[in-house]
Amino acid sequence: MADLSVRIGALTLKNPLIAASGCFGYGVEYADLFDISTLGAVATKGLFLAEREGHPPPRIVETPAGMLNAIGLQGIGARRFVEEKLPELRALGATVIVNVCGTTLDEYAEVSRVVSDAEGVAAIELNISCPNIKEGGMQFGCSLAGTHDVVDAVRKVTRLPIIPKLTPNVTDVSAFARAAEEAGADAVSLVNTFLAMVIDVETRRPKISNVVGGLSGPAIRPIAVRMVYECAQAVKIPILGMGGIADARDALEFLIAGATAVQVGTANFADPFVWTKLLDGISDYLQRHRIARLADVIGTLDTGTEHAARIGS
Amino acid sequence: MTGFTIAYTADVATDVAARVITNRVLSAHYNVLALSAPEIAAAAAPGQFVMIKAGRGCDPLLRRPFSIFELLRDDAGEPAGISILNKRIGASTGLIYEARPGHRVDCLGPLGRPFTVVEPPTAGWMVAGGVGLAPFAEVAAALRRRGVATVLFYGARSGAELFYLDFFRNLGVELVLSTEDGSIGERGRIVAPLERRLAAQPPGSSVMVYACGPEGMLAATAKTAARHGRPCQVSVERIMGCGLGGCYSCVVPMRTDEGGFHHVRSCLAGPVLPADRILWD
Repeated sequence: MADLSVRIGALTLKNPLIAASGCFGYGVEYADLFDISTLGAVATKGLFLAEREGHPPPRIVETPAGMLNAIGLQGIGARRFVEEKLPELRALGATVIVNVCGTTLDEYAEVSRVVSDAEGVAAIELNISCPNIKEGGMQFGCSLAGTHDVVDAVRKVTRLPIIPKLTPNVTDVSAFARAAEEAGADAVSLVNTFLAMVIDVETRRPKISNVVGGLSGPAIRPIAVRMVYECAQAVKIPILGMGGIADARDALEFLIAGATAVQVGTANFADPFVWTKLLDGISDYLQRHRIARLADVIGTLDTGTEHAARIGS
Repeated sequence: MTGFTIAYTADVATDVAARVITNRVLSAHYNVLALSAPEIAAAAAPGQFVMIKAGRGCDPLLRRPFSIFELLRDDAGEPAGISILNKRIGASTGLIYEARPGHRVDCLGPLGRPFTVVEPPTAGWMVAGGVGLAPFAEVAAALRRRGVATVLFYGARSGAELFYLDFFRNLGVELVLSTEDGSIGERGRIVAPLERRLAAQPPGSSVMVYACGPEGMLAATAKTAARHGRPCQVSVERIMGCGLGGCYSCVVPMRTDEGGFHHVRSCLAGPVLPADRILWD
């Protein structure tokens, strides 16, 4: 049996599979379906300080090989999460990454402080990339200074690993990975969804209430792999890669491109048992290639440059 | 507090690669697909739903929710499968319309909160619009098993889209029908005869109203039931990404005790919800 564990800074995950934020509720919803402690980690739904009701429905629409969502970060808030969900997640043995949101630097710091003070949180993922809300989220993640400032503010209040989640809705995502690294982030996760829209031509109305939303699913995967690859060239901190992963080969693409772990979201909607297939497929790959440790696959892309140099092209 | 605690009802849900037993075409738009899924049939309660992935691969990508229509039993009387009542409107429902016996579809369930089945002397009045008939075959069967006086108010565009009438008659269900074109039953909306019947009901009697159908019909049924002081449970249909509480797409705005509202996930708290708590506008 190959060693599937991976390290995200000081945090060791038993395997590289993480349920992506916003795609797995608070984790407890899936506990009766399977043992969520078998996942590398669970990233919770995004949490502000206060409860939020999010956008009115319709909130999603299916697209070719993908889906568009604008949920609007409905959530119970950090304090209720710590009181109502975290004890259950701890009892279930889940490795919990809390997705932290804010509309101000102070709010990011305060939410981070609340979850850091609680028992049972393994890491903080900073949501600086939600495309669906007016304030916070992408407002920070689309500015290098904003990215730096959020990481810096949270760094001051927590010793937990900090993982800013980056938006792909920028010209050069690797510059944002570097800004996060320089501000003291322990890792980065990418990509969040691509800002997109779908129109009903009969009614000439948008298909979701927020007009625009975030595109996810297999449709975005090749772009996400490219962005992970670019970031892996730019930073030394680990990368949590995501975007349209639906089977083991997809996950391996991200790992080979340089991701240390992968997150899965949309595929979990279509198949909540996708995790078993992913883990079995990755194990099978390691066995076939006689690789003892998954960590030895990370960042092993062969771009053929050595070969090209040898043949003198 | 919101008045709604979410129970995790997925504890008995099973994902079955269900074989299509039969595909009974009812009209150019409607069919009944019978699926081999004993685990789901054994656990299902009236009003629960399944999430079905109609095709392979990425398009369509997500599953679609379907009310469980009939619970199927084998010759020995053991749970053998379920059927769904399908109306062809898009890619997934188109694939389900065209499915052939022997095909397999991924079917996850049973999911969600069922209808509360009343006991005599309370009467059970079911209000169905179009494909909203789907949950009522099993609700009717459960009510009649208990000896409940049961009425089905059933509306459709035309008489050609009123299905399974003999099924309900044979259970001893009284039928009140309406069609938009007047081809069978009363011309117009089904809420009109419901309203008259509620108005004529003696004050001391007890009635539970069950409804499933288009949003306008549900809202009108909810208002009518409330006006006459009758409890009403509605099965809502929302665009649903996962059916398990993960995606937060299927929410329904519901009144809280403090006078505000809360977006409730209809996959977990529903699909059957108390009509008087829903904000219909």
